[in-house]
Amino acid sequence: MTTEWFVVLSALLFATGAMGILIRRSPMVILLCLELMLNAGNLALVAFSRMVGNGQGQVFAVIVMVVAACEVVVGLGLIVAIFRRRLPLNVDDLRELRG
Amino acid sequence: MEEVLFFVSALGALGGALGVIAMRNPFYSVLALIVHLFSLASLFLLLTSAFVAAAQVVVYAGAVMVLYVFVVAYVGGGGESAWEPIPGQRLLAPLLGIALFVELSIAVLSSSLLALGTDGPDVPAGFGDPAAIGRLLLEKFLVPFEAASILLLLAAVGAIVLASNRRENEEAR
Repeated sequence: MTTEWFVVLSALLFATGAMGILIRRSPMVILLCLELMLNAGNLALVAFSRMVGNGQGQVFAVIVMVVAACEVVVGLGLIVAIFRRRLPLNVDDLRELRG
Repeated sequence: MEEVLFFVSALGALGGALGVIAMRNPFYSVLALIVHLFSLASLFLLLTSAFVAAAQVVVYAGAVMVLYVFVVAYVGGGGESAWEPIPGQRLLAPLLGIALFVELSIAVLSSSLLALGTDGPDVPAGFGDPAAIGRLLLEKFLVPFEAASILLLLAAVGAIVLASNRRENEEAR
């Protein structure tokens, strides 16, 4: 398979994740959609790494994975904290920081 | 053979992604994401990056998804209200998503990267295996590697501070 296929698939997955963030309300599903977008980016990085024939792009993908894990941990911690304070788990209701 | 594997994995990845945004229950969304991650791992294997594929399965499908399952079980999957703060949001969002996909595809396919239409150069046998990635991580990319470990530590501490039950502790004192 040529690199084009992988890159177009990655664009499709990224668009799907972005669509999910626009549609869904639950912060948990929005975190999952963020994962989708980060993974699409990873796929593009690995595909380009194969296209150039250089392993350094894969290191980049591993670092992206680490950052995604950190983001998930902090996000889920926030969700648990919101749940403990009996606030609604809905991004449209949690808009107090908007001023 | 390679084409068949690519299309099966691509269908799995796309189906998983659509499942994440279509399922009403967050628990099923998490399960769909696990399908997506496994398909993506086989795509990484097709691109001869064995270490990234293994890390994808072990770290994502293994560790991160277990965390998700626990939090979903703790919080509970409440249904979402049909109320839309922006009128027509659910109609508009897919259109914007398709527009984003078309834009990205045009941007990539009309670029002047000559190697895009090729399979990439022939790589040596050890390309992308743990030894090669480990050598890169510990020699050339040592500073990003250490920065990533500090970031992981900070995130773990931050999550404990965020999710700890401070109010009850104060009452107990």
